[in-house]
Amino acid sequence: MSYVKGLFCRECGREYPAEPLNVCDFCFGPLEVTYDYPAISRDISREEISKGPLSIWRYHHLLPADASNRIDLNAGFTPLIRSKNLARSLGLEELYLKNDSVNPTFSFKDRVVAVASTKALEFGFDTLACASTGNLAGSVAAHAARAGMRAFVFIPADLEYGKILGAAIYGPTVIAVDGSYDQVNRLCSELSDTYKWAFVNINMRPYYSEGSKTLGFEVAEQLGWRAPDNCVVPVASGSLFTKIWKGMREFSSLGLIGPVKTRMFAAQAMGCAPVVTAFDSHIFDIRPVRPNTVAKSLAIGNPADGYYALKVLEESKGYAWAVPEEEIVQGIKDLAEMEGIFTEPAGGVVVSALRHLVKSGRIKPSETTVAFITGNGYKTQEVVADVAKPVLIKPTIASFEEAVSVRR
Amino acid sequence: MAKRRVKFTFPQDLVTQSVIYDLGHKFRIVTNIRRADVRENMGWVILELEGTEEEIEHGLSWVTSVGVRIDPVSGDVVES
Repeated sequence: MSYVKGLFCRECGREYPAEPLNVCDFCFGPLEVTYDYPAISRDISREEISKGPLSIWRYHHLLPADASNRIDLNAGFTPLIRSKNLARSLGLEELYLKNDSVNPTFSFKDRVVAVASTKALEFGFDTLACASTGNLAGSVAAHAARAGMRAFVFIPADLEYGKILGAAIYGPTVIAVDGSYDQVNRLCSELSDTYKWAFVNINMRPYYSEGSKTLGFEVAEQLGWRAPDNCVVPVASGSLFTKIWKGMREFSSLGLIGPVKTRMFAAQAMGCAPVVTAFDSHIFDIRPVRPNTVAKSLAIGNPADGYYALKVLEESKGYAWAVPEEEIVQGIKDLAEMEGIFTEPAGGVVVSALRHLVKSGRIKPSETTVAFITGNGYKTQEVVADVAKPVLIKPTIASFEEAVSVRR
Repeated sequence: MAKRRVKFTFPQDLVTQSVIYDLGHKFRIVTNIRRADVRENMGWVILELEGTEEEIEHGLSWVTSVGVRIDPVSGDVVES
Protein backbone atom coordinates (compact mmCIF):
# COMPACT_ATOMS: atom_id res chain seq x y z
CA MET A 1 0.00 0.00 0.00
CA SER A 2 1.02 3.62 -0.42
CA TYR A 3 0.29 6.57 1.85
CA VAL A 4 0.01 9.11 -0.97
CA LYS A 5 -2.78 11.66 -0.66
CA GLY A 6 -2.21 13.47 -3.92
CA LEU A 7 -0.16 16.24 -5.48
CA PHE A 8 0.10 19.92 -4.70
CA CYS A 9 1.62 22.89 -6.52
CA ARG A 10 4.76 24.19 -4.84
CA GLU A 11 3.98 27.69 -6.11
CA CYS A 12 0.24 28.29 -5.76
CA GLY A 13 -0.73 25.37 -3.49
CA ARG A 14 -3.48 23.98 -5.75
CA GLU A 15 -4.18 20.31 -5.15
CA TYR A 16 -4.38 17.53 -7.72
CA PRO A 17 -5.09 13.80 -7.59
CA ALA A 18 -2.09 11.44 -7.74
CA GLU A 19 -1.80 11.23 -11.51
CA PRO A 20 1.06 11.41 -14.01
CA LEU A 21 1.33 15.22 -13.87
CA ASN A 22 4.34 17.39 -13.20
CA VAL A 23 3.17 21.00 -13.55
CA CYS A 24 0.20 22.91 -12.21
CA ASP A 25 -2.37 23.65 -14.92
CA PHE A 26 -2.97 27.08 -13.44
CA CYS A 27 0.48 28.59 -12.83
CA PHE A 28 2.74 25.95 -14.42
CA GLY A 29 4.52 25.55 -11.08
CA PRO A 30 6.06 22.16 -10.16
CA LEU A 31 3.95 19.57 -8.37
CA GLU A 32 4.97 17.61 -5.29
CA VAL A 33 3.56 14.51 -3.60
CA THR A 34 1.59 14.86 -0.37
CA TYR A 35 1.25 12.02 2.14
CA ASP A 36 -1.11 10.98 4.88
CA TYR A 37 1.43 11.67 7.64
CA PRO A 38 -0.87 10.79 10.57
CA ALA A 39 -1.37 7.31 9.08
CA ILE A 40 2.37 6.96 8.41
CA SER A 41 3.07 8.04 11.97
CA ARG A 42 0.86 5.21 13.27
CA ASP A 43 2.58 2.54 11.14
CA ILE A 44 6.24 3.53 10.94
CA SER A 45 8.90 2.88 13.57
CA ARG A 46 12.63 2.18 13.71
CA GLU A 47 11.83 -1.50 14.31
CA GLU A 48 9.44 -1.62 11.35
CA ILE A 49 12.07 -0.06 9.07
CA SER A 50 14.77 -2.41 10.36
CA LYS A 51 12.65 -5.41 9.39
CA GLY A 52 12.47 -4.21 5.77
CA PRO A 53 14.66 -5.21 2.82
CA LEU A 54 18.20 -3.83 2.51
CA SER A 55 17.15 -1.42 -0.23
CA ILE A 56 15.23 1.85 -0.62
CA TRP A 57 12.02 -0.11 -0.09
CA ARG A 58 12.64 -0.43 3.65
CA TYR A 59 11.31 3.18 3.68
CA HIS A 60 8.20 2.33 1.65
CA HIS A 61 5.92 4.27 4.04
CA LEU A 62 7.50 7.49 2.78
CA LEU A 63 7.70 6.59 -0.91
CA PRO A 64 4.90 7.36 -3.39
CA ALA A 65 4.64 3.90 -4.96
CA ASP A 66 3.22 0.56 -3.88
CA ALA A 67 6.18 -1.50 -2.65
CA SER A 68 4.34 -4.79 -3.05
CA ASN A 69 4.59 -4.45 -6.85
CA ARG A 70 7.98 -2.80 -6.96
CA ILE A 71 10.46 -2.91 -9.82
CA ASP A 72 13.38 -3.99 -7.73
CA LEU A 73 17.04 -4.14 -8.69
CA ASN A 74 17.96 -3.64 -5.02
CA ALA A 75 18.69 0.06 -5.32
CA GLY A 76 19.91 1.77 -2.19
CA PHE A 77 21.15 0.85 1.27
CA THR A 78 24.62 1.58 -0.03
CA PRO A 79 27.64 1.73 2.33
CA LEU A 80 28.20 4.68 4.65
CA ILE A 81 31.94 4.44 5.12
CA ARG A 82 33.85 6.09 7.96
CA SER A 83 36.71 7.90 6.26
CA LYS A 84 40.21 7.47 7.70
CA ASN A 85 42.81 8.80 5.31
CA LEU A 86 40.81 11.56 3.61
CA ALA A 87 39.49 12.66 7.02
CA ARG A 88 43.06 12.78 8.37
CA SER A 89 44.29 14.79 5.38
CA LEU A 90 41.45 17.27 5.92
CA GLY A 91 41.81 17.35 9.70
CA LEU A 92 38.28 16.03 10.26
CA GLU A 93 37.47 13.80 13.20
CA GLU A 94 34.24 12.32 11.87
CA LEU A 95 33.85 12.16 8.10
CA TYR A 96 31.61 9.64 6.35
CA LEU A 97 31.39 8.83 2.66
CA LYS A 98 27.98 7.79 1.37
CA ASN A 99 29.06 5.58 -1.49
CA ASP A 100 26.15 5.56 -3.93
CA SER A 101 28.41 4.61 -6.82
CA VAL A 102 27.73 0.95 -6.00
CA ASN A 103 24.04 0.97 -6.91
CA PRO A 104 22.81 -1.58 -9.52
CA THR A 105 23.65 0.69 -12.47
CA PHE A 106 26.37 2.55 -10.56
CA SER A 107 24.72 5.84 -9.65
CA PHE A 108 22.12 7.31 -7.29
CA LYS A 109 19.69 7.47 -10.23
CA ASP A 110 18.61 3.92 -9.42
CA ARG A 111 16.83 5.28 -6.35
CA VAL A 112 14.66 7.69 -8.32
CA VAL A 113 14.10 5.40 -11.29
CA ALA A 114 13.08 2.50 -9.03
CA VAL A 115 10.29 4.69 -7.66
CA ALA A 116 9.34 6.20 -11.05
CA SER A 117 9.23 2.84 -12.83
CA THR A 118 7.15 1.25 -10.07
CA LYS A 119 4.72 4.16 -10.20
CA ALA A 120 4.64 4.03 -14.02
CA LEU A 121 3.52 0.40 -13.94
CA GLU A 122 0.97 1.30 -11.27
CA PHE A 123 -0.44 3.96 -13.64
CA GLY A 124 -0.63 1.37 -16.44
CA PHE A 125 2.16 2.71 -18.67
CA ASP A 126 3.93 0.18 -20.86
CA THR A 127 6.82 2.46 -21.91
CA LEU A 128 9.53 4.09 -19.82
CA ALA A 129 11.43 7.02 -21.36
CA CYS A 130 14.00 9.68 -20.59
CA ALA A 131 16.42 12.13 -22.17
CA SER A 132 19.89 11.51 -20.87
CA THR A 133 23.60 11.71 -21.50
CA GLY A 134 24.57 8.90 -19.14
CA ASN A 135 23.54 7.67 -15.70
CA LEU A 136 19.80 8.19 -16.02
CA ALA A 137 19.67 6.37 -19.37
CA GLY A 138 21.33 3.28 -17.91
CA SER A 139 19.03 3.19 -14.93
CA VAL A 140 15.86 3.66 -17.00
CA ALA A 141 16.88 0.98 -19.48
CA ALA A 142 17.77 -1.50 -16.71
CA HIS A 143 14.57 -0.95 -14.75
CA ALA A 144 12.48 -1.22 -17.93
CA ALA A 145 14.19 -4.51 -18.72
CA ARG A 146 13.46 -5.79 -15.22
CA ALA A 147 9.83 -4.67 -15.49
CA GLY A 148 9.31 -6.04 -19.00
CA MET A 149 8.52 -2.52 -20.22
CA ARG A 150 9.50 -0.88 -23.49
CA ALA A 151 12.18 1.80 -23.13
CA PHE A 152 13.05 4.86 -25.19
CA VAL A 153 16.19 6.82 -24.45
CA PHE A 154 16.80 10.16 -26.16
CA ILE A 155 20.35 11.44 -26.50
CA PRO A 156 21.93 14.46 -28.20
CA ALA A 157 23.28 13.24 -31.58
CA ASP A 158 26.80 14.48 -30.88
CA LEU A 159 27.12 12.36 -27.71
CA GLU A 160 29.92 9.79 -27.93
CA TYR A 161 28.24 6.42 -28.40
CA GLY A 162 30.55 4.92 -25.78
CA LYS A 163 28.67 7.00 -23.22
CA ILE A 164 25.37 5.36 -24.06
CA LEU A 165 26.69 1.80 -24.04
CA GLY A 166 25.75 1.43 -20.38
CA ALA A 167 22.13 1.95 -21.41
CA ALA A 168 22.11 0.27 -24.84
CA ILE A 169 23.10 -3.08 -23.34
CA TYR A 170 19.70 -3.36 -21.64
CA GLY A 171 17.93 -3.16 -25.02
CA PRO A 172 16.13 0.20 -25.12
CA THR A 173 15.49 2.09 -28.36
CA VAL A 174 18.14 4.81 -28.40
CA ILE A 175 17.13 7.94 -30.34
CA ALA A 176 19.89 10.39 -31.27
CA VAL A 177 18.43 13.88 -31.70
CA ASP A 178 20.16 16.11 -34.24
CA GLY A 179 19.95 19.50 -32.56
CA SER A 180 21.36 21.75 -29.88
CA TYR A 181 21.13 20.80 -26.22
CA ASP A 182 18.27 23.31 -25.78
CA GLN A 183 16.38 21.84 -28.72
CA VAL A 184 16.72 18.32 -27.29
CA ASN A 185 15.35 19.62 -24.00
CA ARG A 186 12.38 21.21 -25.68
CA LEU A 187 11.64 18.25 -27.95
CA CYS A 188 11.58 15.77 -25.06
CA SER A 189 9.39 18.06 -23.04
CA GLU A 190 6.93 18.23 -25.97
CA LEU A 191 7.08 14.47 -26.60
CA SER A 192 5.90 13.88 -23.06
CA ASP A 193 2.76 15.88 -23.89
CA THR A 194 2.17 13.91 -27.09
CA TYR A 195 3.00 10.30 -26.20
CA LYS A 196 1.37 8.31 -23.44
CA TRP A 197 4.71 7.22 -22.04
CA ALA A 198 6.22 7.55 -18.61
CA PHE A 199 9.05 10.06 -19.01
CA VAL A 200 10.69 9.49 -15.65
CA ASN A 201 11.83 13.05 -14.99
CA ILE A 202 9.02 14.86 -16.81
CA ASN A 203 5.48 13.58 -16.28
CA MET A 204 6.68 11.20 -13.52
CA ARG A 205 8.90 13.81 -11.87
CA PRO A 206 6.93 14.33 -8.61
CA TYR A 207 7.23 10.58 -7.87
CA TYR A 208 10.72 10.15 -9.34
CA SER A 209 12.30 12.88 -7.24
CA GLU A 210 10.91 11.42 -3.99
CA GLY A 211 13.30 8.46 -4.44
CA SER A 212 16.21 10.74 -3.51
CA LYS A 213 14.81 11.14 0.02
CA THR A 214 16.06 7.64 0.74
CA LEU A 215 19.63 8.98 0.80
CA GLY A 216 18.63 11.17 3.74
CA PHE A 217 16.80 8.29 5.43
CA GLU A 218 19.72 5.91 5.03
CA VAL A 219 22.36 8.30 6.29
CA ALA A 220 20.25 9.00 9.40
CA GLU A 221 19.67 5.29 10.04
CA GLN A 222 23.28 4.29 9.34
CA LEU A 223 24.56 6.99 11.70
CA GLY A 224 22.54 5.35 14.49
CA TRP A 225 19.29 7.29 13.99
CA ARG A 226 20.63 10.82 13.92
CA ALA A 227 21.18 13.53 11.32
CA PRO A 228 24.75 14.64 10.63
CA ASP A 229 25.98 18.18 11.30
CA ASN A 230 26.91 18.71 7.64
CA CYS A 231 25.98 17.23 4.27
CA VAL A 232 28.10 17.99 1.21
CA VAL A 233 26.02 17.23 -1.87
CA PRO A 234 26.62 17.64 -5.62
CA VAL A 235 24.01 19.87 -7.28
CA ALA A 236 22.73 19.46 -10.84
CA SER A 237 18.94 19.95 -11.05
CA GLY A 238 18.88 20.63 -7.29
CA SER A 239 16.40 17.82 -6.69
CA LEU A 240 18.80 15.48 -4.86
CA PHE A 241 19.91 18.34 -2.60
CA THR A 242 16.37 19.32 -1.59
CA LYS A 243 15.20 15.73 -1.13
CA ILE A 244 18.05 14.68 1.18
CA TRP A 245 17.00 17.60 3.36
CA LYS A 246 13.32 16.68 3.06
CA GLY A 247 14.07 13.05 3.97
CA MET A 248 15.85 13.96 7.19
CA ARG A 249 13.13 16.43 8.11
CA GLU A 250 10.42 13.83 7.53
CA PHE A 251 12.25 11.39 9.79
CA SER A 252 12.45 14.08 12.44
CA SER A 253 8.80 15.10 12.20
CA LEU A 254 7.81 11.43 12.59
CA GLY A 255 9.94 11.14 15.72
CA LEU A 256 12.41 8.66 14.19
CA ILE A 257 15.33 11.02 14.83
CA GLY A 258 15.78 14.19 16.87
CA PRO A 259 15.66 17.75 15.53
CA VAL A 260 17.59 18.25 12.28
CA LYS A 261 20.30 20.87 12.67
CA THR A 262 22.17 19.79 9.58
CA ARG A 263 23.79 22.39 7.39
CA MET A 264 23.45 21.58 3.70
CA PHE A 265 26.43 22.40 1.49
CA ALA A 266 25.91 22.55 -2.29
CA ALA A 267 28.83 21.62 -4.53
CA GLN A 268 28.91 22.60 -8.21
CA ALA A 269 31.61 22.78 -10.86
CA MET A 270 32.70 26.25 -11.90
CA GLY A 271 31.81 25.45 -15.51
CA CYS A 272 28.14 25.07 -14.56
CA ALA A 273 27.28 26.80 -11.30
CA PRO A 274 23.92 28.59 -11.62
CA VAL A 275 22.91 27.76 -8.03
CA VAL A 276 26.22 28.95 -6.56
CA THR A 277 26.06 32.15 -8.62
CA ALA A 278 22.56 32.94 -7.33
CA PHE A 279 23.60 32.07 -3.76
CA ASP A 280 26.64 34.35 -3.96
CA SER A 281 24.44 37.15 -5.36
CA HIS A 282 21.89 36.72 -2.53
CA ILE A 283 19.06 36.24 -5.02
CA PHE A 284 16.56 33.44 -5.54
CA ASP A 285 16.39 33.75 -9.33
CA ILE A 286 18.46 31.25 -11.23
CA ARG A 287 20.04 32.65 -14.36
CA PRO A 288 20.37 29.75 -16.82
CA VAL A 289 23.92 29.12 -18.05
CA ARG A 290 25.51 27.15 -20.88
CA PRO A 291 27.41 24.32 -19.18
CA ASN A 292 31.11 23.92 -19.91
CA THR A 293 32.43 21.46 -17.36
CA VAL A 294 34.12 18.06 -17.19
CA ALA A 295 31.50 17.14 -14.58
CA LYS A 296 28.93 16.11 -17.20
CA SER A 297 26.54 14.66 -14.65
CA LEU A 298 26.26 18.13 -13.06
CA ALA A 299 25.88 19.96 -16.40
CA ILE A 300 22.35 21.28 -15.98
CA GLY A 301 22.30 24.93 -16.99
CA ASN A 302 18.65 25.53 -16.13
CA PRO A 303 18.05 23.51 -12.95
CA ALA A 304 14.41 22.61 -12.32
CA ASP A 305 14.84 22.74 -8.54
CA GLY A 306 17.47 25.47 -8.37
CA TYR A 307 15.13 27.86 -6.57
CA TYR A 308 14.20 25.23 -3.99
CA ALA A 309 17.87 24.33 -3.47
CA LEU A 310 18.50 28.00 -2.65
CA LYS A 311 15.64 27.87 -0.13
CA VAL A 312 17.21 24.81 1.56
CA LEU A 313 20.57 26.59 1.67
CA GLU A 314 18.89 29.47 3.46
CA GLU A 315 16.81 27.33 5.80
CA SER A 316 19.70 25.05 6.80
CA LYS A 317 22.20 27.92 7.08
CA GLY A 318 24.31 26.13 4.51
CA TYR A 319 26.73 27.33 1.90
CA ALA A 320 27.34 26.82 -1.81
CA TRP A 321 30.72 26.48 -3.46
CA ALA A 322 31.83 26.14 -7.08
CA VAL A 323 34.95 24.04 -7.57
CA PRO A 324 37.46 25.27 -10.17
CA GLU A 325 37.51 22.86 -13.10
CA GLU A 326 41.20 22.02 -12.58
CA GLU A 327 40.49 20.77 -9.03
CA ILE A 328 37.82 18.25 -10.04
CA VAL A 329 40.19 15.53 -11.24
CA GLN A 330 42.32 15.98 -8.11
CA GLY A 331 39.20 15.31 -6.04
CA ILE A 332 38.62 12.06 -7.93
CA LYS A 333 42.24 11.00 -7.37
CA ASP A 334 42.16 11.93 -3.67
CA LEU A 335 39.12 9.73 -3.08
CA ALA A 336 40.58 6.82 -5.05
CA GLU A 337 44.07 7.00 -3.53
CA MET A 338 43.00 7.68 0.05
CA GLU A 339 39.78 5.69 0.38
CA GLY A 340 39.71 3.17 -2.47
CA ILE A 341 36.58 4.64 -4.05
CA PHE A 342 36.64 5.45 -7.77
CA THR A 343 34.09 8.14 -8.47
CA GLU A 344 32.99 10.13 -11.51
CA PRO A 345 33.67 13.91 -11.73
CA ALA A 346 30.61 14.77 -9.58
CA GLY A 347 32.33 12.96 -6.70
CA GLY A 348 35.52 14.87 -7.46
CA VAL A 349 33.51 18.08 -7.15
CA VAL A 350 32.23 16.98 -3.73
CA VAL A 351 35.68 16.04 -2.40
CA SER A 352 37.29 19.26 -3.65
CA ALA A 353 34.40 21.34 -2.31
CA LEU A 354 34.74 19.58 1.05
CA ARG A 355 38.44 20.44 1.14
CA HIS A 356 37.61 24.10 0.55
CA LEU A 357 34.80 24.13 3.12
CA VAL A 358 37.10 22.72 5.80
CA LYS A 359 39.99 25.01 4.90
CA SER A 360 37.74 28.06 5.02
CA GLY A 361 36.40 27.05 8.43
CA ARG A 362 32.80 26.51 7.33
CA ILE A 363 33.03 22.86 8.38
CA LYS A 364 34.61 22.31 11.79
CA PRO A 365 36.91 19.36 12.60
CA SER A 366 34.75 18.00 15.44
CA GLU A 367 31.50 17.96 13.45
CA THR A 368 29.91 14.92 11.84
CA THR A 369 30.13 15.41 8.09
CA VAL A 370 28.76 13.26 5.27
CA ALA A 371 30.02 13.59 1.70
CA PHE A 372 27.71 12.16 -0.96
CA ILE A 373 29.44 10.20 -3.73
CA THR A 374 26.72 9.70 -6.32
CA GLY A 375 28.32 8.05 -9.37
CA ASN A 376 30.99 5.59 -10.45
CA GLY A 377 34.31 6.47 -12.03
CA TYR A 378 34.36 3.46 -14.36
CA LYS A 379 31.84 5.34 -16.53
CA THR A 380 34.08 8.38 -17.02
CA GLN A 381 37.56 6.89 -17.22
CA GLU A 382 38.65 9.36 -19.91
CA VAL A 383 38.93 12.23 -17.40
CA VAL A 384 41.66 10.44 -15.44
CA ALA A 385 43.33 8.61 -18.33
CA ASP A 386 46.71 10.13 -17.42
CA VAL A 387 47.09 7.88 -14.36
CA ALA A 388 47.53 4.77 -16.50
CA LYS A 389 51.34 4.78 -16.80
CA PRO A 390 52.51 1.23 -16.13
CA VAL A 391 56.20 0.56 -15.51
CA LEU A 392 57.37 -1.62 -18.41
CA ILE A 393 59.90 -4.36 -17.56
CA LYS A 394 61.31 -7.54 -19.03
CA PRO A 395 60.16 -10.82 -17.40
CA THR A 396 63.22 -11.00 -15.12
CA ILE A 397 63.88 -10.10 -11.50
CA ALA A 398 66.83 -7.97 -12.57
CA SER A 399 64.68 -5.89 -14.86
CA PHE A 400 62.08 -5.47 -12.14
CA GLU A 401 64.66 -4.35 -9.60
CA GLU A 402 66.23 -1.99 -12.09
CA ALA A 403 62.91 -0.33 -12.77
CA VAL A 404 61.52 -0.26 -9.24
CA SER A 405 63.49 0.37 -6.11
CA VAL A 406 61.59 -1.36 -3.30
CA ARG A 407 62.73 -3.19 -0.18
CA ARG A 408 62.49 -6.98 -0.24
CA MET B 1 -4.22 24.74 -33.11
CA ALA B 2 -1.28 23.84 -30.93
CA LYS B 3 -0.32 24.92 -27.41
CA ARG B 4 3.18 25.23 -26.01
CA ARG B 5 4.31 26.01 -22.43
CA VAL B 6 7.63 27.80 -22.27
CA LYS B 7 9.85 29.95 -20.07
CA PHE B 8 11.46 33.09 -21.50
CA THR B 9 14.53 34.50 -19.74
CA PHE B 10 15.36 38.11 -20.66
CA PRO B 11 18.85 39.55 -20.32
CA GLN B 12 19.18 43.07 -18.93
CA ASP B 13 19.18 44.83 -22.32
CA LEU B 14 15.89 43.21 -23.36
CA VAL B 15 13.93 43.74 -20.14
CA THR B 16 12.38 46.94 -21.50
CA GLN B 17 11.61 45.55 -24.97
CA SER B 18 8.08 44.55 -25.99
CA VAL B 19 9.12 41.05 -27.06
CA ILE B 20 5.92 39.26 -25.99
CA TYR B 21 3.67 41.85 -27.65
CA ASP B 22 5.73 41.59 -30.83
CA LEU B 23 5.57 37.79 -30.74
CA GLY B 24 1.77 37.91 -30.72
CA HIS B 25 1.62 40.66 -33.31
CA LYS B 26 4.10 39.30 -35.85
CA PHE B 27 3.15 35.63 -35.68
CA ARG B 28 -0.54 35.49 -34.78
CA ILE B 29 0.24 33.64 -31.56
CA VAL B 30 -1.94 34.05 -28.48
CA THR B 31 0.33 34.61 -25.46
CA ASN B 32 -0.99 33.78 -22.00
CA ILE B 33 1.31 34.71 -19.10
CA ARG B 34 0.99 32.54 -15.98
CA ARG B 35 3.94 33.57 -13.82
CA ALA B 36 6.67 36.18 -14.13
CA ASP B 37 9.38 38.03 -12.29
CA VAL B 38 10.81 41.06 -14.05
CA ARG B 39 13.51 43.24 -12.49
CA GLU B 40 15.73 45.97 -13.82
CA ASN B 41 18.62 43.64 -14.58
CA MET B 42 16.83 40.46 -15.71
CA GLY B 43 13.42 38.90 -16.04
CA TRP B 44 11.66 35.61 -16.65
CA VAL B 45 8.16 34.90 -17.85
CA ILE B 46 6.36 31.55 -17.90
CA LEU B 47 3.65 31.54 -20.52
CA GLU B 48 1.49 29.44 -22.80
CA LEU B 49 1.52 30.01 -26.55
CA GLU B 50 -1.38 29.07 -28.77
CA GLY B 51 -1.28 29.04 -32.56
CA THR B 52 -0.47 26.79 -35.47
CA GLU B 53 2.60 24.56 -35.06
CA GLU B 54 4.28 26.49 -37.85
CA GLU B 55 3.58 29.92 -36.37
CA ILE B 56 4.79 28.81 -32.95
CA GLU B 57 8.04 27.40 -34.39
CA HIS B 58 8.66 30.58 -36.40
CA GLY B 59 7.77 32.72 -33.42
CA LEU B 60 10.11 30.87 -31.05
CA SER B 61 12.95 31.09 -33.59
CA TRP B 62 12.40 34.83 -33.75
CA VAL B 63 12.36 35.16 -29.94
CA THR B 64 15.66 33.26 -29.78
CA SER B 65 17.14 35.45 -32.52
CA VAL B 66 16.47 38.64 -30.56
CA GLY B 67 18.41 37.23 -27.58
CA VAL B 68 15.78 35.77 -25.26
CA ARG B 69 16.53 32.30 -23.84
CA ILE B 70 13.72 29.75 -24.18
CA ASP B 71 13.40 26.72 -21.89
CA PRO B 72 10.73 24.15 -21.07
CA VAL B 73 8.72 25.22 -17.99
CA SER B 74 10.01 22.15 -16.17
CA GLY B 75 13.68 23.18 -16.55
CA ASP B 76 16.29 21.01 -18.26
CA VAL B 77 14.98 17.51 -18.88
CA VAL B 78 18.19 16.10 -20.37
CA GLU B 79 20.01 14.66 -17.36
CA SER B 80 23.20 12.69 -17.09
